[in-house]
Amino acid sequence: MKIKTEKATIVFNVIGYTIITILTLLCLLPFLLIVSGSVTPEKEIIAEGFKFIPNQFSLDAYTAAFSNTGQIVSAYRVTIFLTLGGTALGLFLTSMAGYVLSRNDFKYRNSLAFFIYFTTLFSGGLIPWYILIVNQLNMKDSYMALLLPPLLSAWNIILMKNFMKSIPDAITESAKIDGAADFTIYWKLILPLSTPGLATIGLFMALGYWNDWFLANLFVTTESKYPLQFLLYKILASAAVLNTNVAGNLSPDFRPPAETLKMAVAVIATGPIILLYPFVQRFFVKGLTIGAVKG
Amino acid sequence: MGSFFRELNRNKAMFLMIAPVLLFFIVFSYFPMVGVYYAFTRFSFDGGLFGSEFIGMKNFEFLFKSGALWNLTKNTVLYNLAFILIGNALQLVCAILLSELPGKWFRKTTQSVMFLPFFVSFVLVGAFVFNLFNSNNGVVNTVLAQLGLPEYDFYLHTEPWKYIITFFAVWKGLGYGTVIYLAAIMGISDEYHEAAKIDGANIFQRVRYIIVPMLVPTFILLILLSLGGILKGQFDLFYQIVGNNGMLFEATDIIDTYVYRSLAVNFDIGMGTAAGLYQSLFGFVLVLTVNYIIKKVREDYALF
Repeated sequence: MKIKTEKATIVFNVIGYTIITILTLLCLLPFLLIVSGSVTPEKEIIAEGFKFIPNQFSLDAYTAAFSNTGQIVSAYRVTIFLTLGGTALGLFLTSMAGYVLSRNDFKYRNSLAFFIYFTTLFSGGLIPWYILIVNQLNMKDSYMALLLPPLLSAWNIILMKNFMKSIPDAITESAKIDGAADFTIYWKLILPLSTPGLATIGLFMALGYWNDWFLANLFVTTESKYPLQFLLYKILASAAVLNTNVAGNLSPDFRPPAETLKMAVAVIATGPIILLYPFVQRFFVKGLTIGAVKG
Repeated sequence: MGSFFRELNRNKAMFLMIAPVLLFFIVFSYFPMVGVYYAFTRFSFDGGLFGSEFIGMKNFEFLFKSGALWNLTKNTVLYNLAFILIGNALQLVCAILLSELPGKWFRKTTQSVMFLPFFVSFVLVGAFVFNLFNSNNGVVNTVLAQLGLPEYDFYLHTEPWKYIITFFAVWKGLGYGTVIYLAAIMGISDEYHEAAKIDGANIFQRVRYIIVPMLVPTFILLILLSLGGILKGQFDLFYQIVGNNGMLFEATDIIDTYVYRSLAVNFDIGMGTAAGLYQSLFGFVLVLTVNYIIKKVREDYALF
């Protein structure tokens, strides 16, 4: 006997496929617009505007972007340095604090956890924080202003603490009996067992550093110190395109593309994320389930 | 006090291990709390923190009387309400559909694509807006021209921006929220579905009488948690979409963008700090209230 699909199921599937397909396209469409914008000839955009599918195909914008790579390469360098350095240091400090707070025999764990947690409930606001960094810490136009503020977050520390709480106490206890020091226990035993948590939190941190433009906007004035997203922001915001020395580098009849170059830089600045995210996606999904466990 | 030092001495390593983190929060979080004093001064750059003239509640008075505070609060709250309600509803629908639709490849692919916006920066969202709506050659106007319709200058009208901002806010969080609801759906035991099928329930009835009721607690909890942060605006989103475009402020200015402009554009430190302090204090009360409510309803999900 052949099992007949119920009518209701068919209706459900049709509605479901339609809604999901539309939403998926809406998620994808803006990206396609940027890519197609970046490969449209500048002339066509001036005459007819941005389109989904260009009449002609041109790589002029990329030629221009790569003809003077100085700015883009240096922005890439700044961003990679911040992402790697910030994530490594942040993970180290976060996991260390998380371990201390997860230890049941540590007397002040609750009050210190609250001391950290309280910063998510109340804050002095943007302006006192800004004045502190500029006046008291003297970090205007320094890489430190990009590296330090996002280094630690109370949420990540609590997440780490909860994750480490799920590691059996017996491991710490037996190591203590064997005479191991606290730091050794953390470094040699707990840290290797925490890799799933570290991966998730580390990726959240890395994403934060990679996508940051706000700190650079507030603190950085020297162009060579711009991180990638801030450079993109500057290029998008400038009516007359950035100072690519395109004109000097290319033949005299070559008009430096303005609108398409913006789109090309957007592609260049976002490319790595798009290429990497299918592989790291599952860690974020896992992070959501870790976050759901309360400690 | 004596017992604290004994503890400190006995657990030196443990204190050392958490010391950098504590120092970080003292410097970057607790120290700026002293700075809320600016809210009560007419700030002068020579005076600094305690050299500026003390003017009591004048800044707050001005914010209140000029109507700025009301407009900012209204915008912040209404935008966030729209983001939270529309966002959660769509995420819920997506999760239900994805959990029941056949076709593994389709489910995996669409879920991945919907997660994509979560990973890109808000600067790129700014690029989308530029590409779609700029008055010279934006896609929307290109399409309008092709259809023989008159051009529409988005930057002269406040109306469409409410929808544009809401669209991108929901767009960015769709995949993330869907995953949360999907996890909740996976937690529903198969037995309910089996039993319902035996009783002849079709898929709509199973969604209506099993999945939805099972998800209501998660839905309410997530909404409540978001309500605690309803005064915190998404600065990145608004600033990248609207920028310093004064024409649109009436409909798009939220507390966070106001504070930012006080600092970076108008150099009105006292007023900006006052608005920020108002946001912090009011937000604090909101979180406490929300936590109190959650504690009454679902003790185990309370924040603290």
